Amino acid sequence: MDFRIGERGESLRAEVRAFLDEHLTDELSERCHRTGVAHDEGFVRAMHEAGLLALGWPEEWGGRPCDPLGLCVVEEELSKAEAPTYGVSTTHMVARAILHGGNDRQRAEIIPRALRGEILIVLGFTEPECGSDLAAARTRAVRDGDEWVINGSKMFTTNAHIGDHVFLLARTDTSSKHAGLTVFLVPLGQPGIEVQAVRTISGERTNITYYRDARVHDDWRIGEVGGGWRVLGEALQEEHSTGFGASMLSLLEAAEGWARTARGGSGRPRIADPDVRERLGRCAAEAEVSLLLQRRAAAMAQRGDIPVAEGPMAKLFSSEALTRAAEDLFDLLGPDAVRSRLSPGAPEGGRVEHSLRFSLGTTIYGGTSEIQRGIIARRGLGLPR
Amino acid sequence: MDVGLSDEQRQLVASFTALFGDAASPSHVRAAEPLGFDPRLWDALRDAGIVAMAVGEEDGGWGAEPLDLALVAEVQGRFLAPAPIVEAQVAARLLARLGTPSAAAALAAALAGERTVTLAVHPARDGAAGLVPAGAVADDALVMDGERLLLVRSAGDGAQPENLGSMPLADLRVGPDAVLLASGPAAEAAHEAALDEFLLLTAAAQVGIAARAVEIGVGYVTERRAFGVPIGTFQTIAHALADSATAVDGARLLGHEAAWAYGEEPERFAELAAMAFAFATETARDATYRALHFHGGYGFTDEYDIQLYYRRARAWSAVCLEPRAAYRRAADRRYGIAQMEEQWTSA
Repeated sequence: MDFRIGERGESLRAEVRAFLDEHLTDELSERCHRTGVAHDEGFVRAMHEAGLLALGWPEEWGGRPCDPLGLCVVEEELSKAEAPTYGVSTTHMVARAILHGGNDRQRAEIIPRALRGEILIVLGFTEPECGSDLAAARTRAVRDGDEWVINGSKMFTTNAHIGDHVFLLARTDTSSKHAGLTVFLVPLGQPGIEVQAVRTISGERTNITYYRDARVHDDWRIGEVGGGWRVLGEALQEEHSTGFGASMLSLLEAAEGWARTARGGSGRPRIADPDVRERLGRCAAEAEVSLLLQRRAAAMAQRGDIPVAEGPMAKLFSSEALTRAAEDLFDLLGPDAVRSRLSPGAPEGGRVEHSLRFSLGTTIYGGTSEIQRGIIARRGLGLPR
Repeated sequence: MDVGLSDEQRQLVASFTALFGDAASPSHVRAAEPLGFDPRLWDALRDAGIVAMAVGEEDGGWGAEPLDLALVAEVQGRFLAPAPIVEAQVAARLLARLGTPSAAAALAAALAGERTVTLAVHPARDGAAGLVPAGAVADDALVMDGERLLLVRSAGDGAQPENLGSMPLADLRVGPDAVLLASGPAAEAAHEAALDEFLLLTAAAQVGIAARAVEIGVGYVTERRAFGVPIGTFQTIAHALADSATAVDGARLLGHEAAWAYGEEPERFAELAAMAFAFATETARDATYRALHFHGGYGFTDEYDIQLYYRRARAWSAVCLEPRAAYRRAADRRYGIAQMEEQWTSA
């Protein structure tokens, strides 16, 4: 057994940290926070120039070799620093879907641009009436000669207002649920698509998008007609190391910073108080467990195994633990905890308050905790359906 | 990063699984109640070198790593094997660490199988050590009394305070015949180090308890039908078991990391051991509670094995530390609070 990340992983970690020190400026962080947009063209370009954008991609596509554990480390650092990379992750997820399920022309047009950070692709999966039941999609795509005509709406299409394309899950056949789905890469910025901002509790700007006779050429159908569910499944399967252990570390650091400087009634630093230590100790332990579960899933992928239940365990535990910790440490800080991020007088810059807001989404998006528990119960424990 | 077992470690687990499968089945565990000790099993384990494996070669043992001991403890937890494995191993390691002539003599007797030695996790108060694990079946107990670490004779006559976990506990008096093993800061530090190991191995045992409880629960809710369907199809049941299965995996990883850190990142060992103990204790508490509850009324009867697991999950840790205290201990190690408080007081 070895719990070290290893030399390669550590040098990658150092590389990412150095990059973030230089490029994730306070000004950029503040701008991302104020706009609620976790994407910045300049930052993505800098990632490309630093050779950090195409990590883990095959070299034939201009990728830089990196194993799943290395990617896990990079993800930890980016998420701990709250780097604006959400647009990169959606773009790359679609690029991977195209790598596996697309044709040569689609691969040649999309992948190189995605890996150079020249294109932003957003996800059009769930709908106002779908929630976690993605296969219930009702947005219709109807064939019209060489084109498809799209009508319907998609929810949580984050970055649609600045994106180039939406990876759209659409219904091409109403007679069957899963086999009636097809995915398309639909150009945004056309008259038939309307993007409306939706604000979230964590300050993030996401969108609802409406499609009224929007059009996409059949050349931009990804995979077979009726093969959308499979394309989607393959794209999602590569998301092995999803988890929020690094977000917990970031929350923990904020609470530790507060505990070392804030003074109790007797003038002692609050960190000397056993109650404070207990709460910090629990958060530190659960952060460690979160990171271990994430890294285990990555280590399995490294060996060529598919972490069927282990991936969901990492996502489930780390998001639930983050929510618990944020709730608990918010209470710990007392009344000042309500002061928001970047507002004057907020303890530790309001990072705990922000963490509380942020945590609420983590148990929902990317498959709710209930969806994850269902997968673990059936595929991990073998419980009956 | 490699969280898998080596071939040797796999063999170790397989051999103890086979041993306990034969000699520590649920009927053996029941037969050993209420004392919680099976002398034949203990003899077999000592013959197999259960104490010797824990001690370094330079001290006459076999020099197994804490990770190996943790793997054995996990198997013990799975079977609820009624034998003072963790107690005797940690006590022997403490004797070896002390290195004084009196400690060396006690260690020799333990390694020869002449005496069973345990340790009191809490210091004596008013001349008595309360609820000493395995105190009712051991010949000697290592007891901190003030700044002195003593070897206290135990009657070992099986007289125990009746208790939740059917543990062979004893309330021991520190008599005038107690032997001084060491004293002062060195003795205290050695005892603290032993406590870290006790936490680590108890955590591993709790992982075994929790893992088995999830299996028992899954088995029951898959078979048991109500309202025309297996009750495992109900989300309230399936999801709670999924949470426990997840926590079990997390607790195991954390325990393994702590055991690994003993040799590889010693500065983190004490912190991780306390974390592993706290987390595994909560995990086993919840897993056994849920599995028992999902048995319905049967879970509440003595006839189903799950109650054996629930009672031990609660008691094995409780005699040592409650989870919240263990989180505080982890934080103390993480932040070096003791020193910080001193600085503050002296300033």
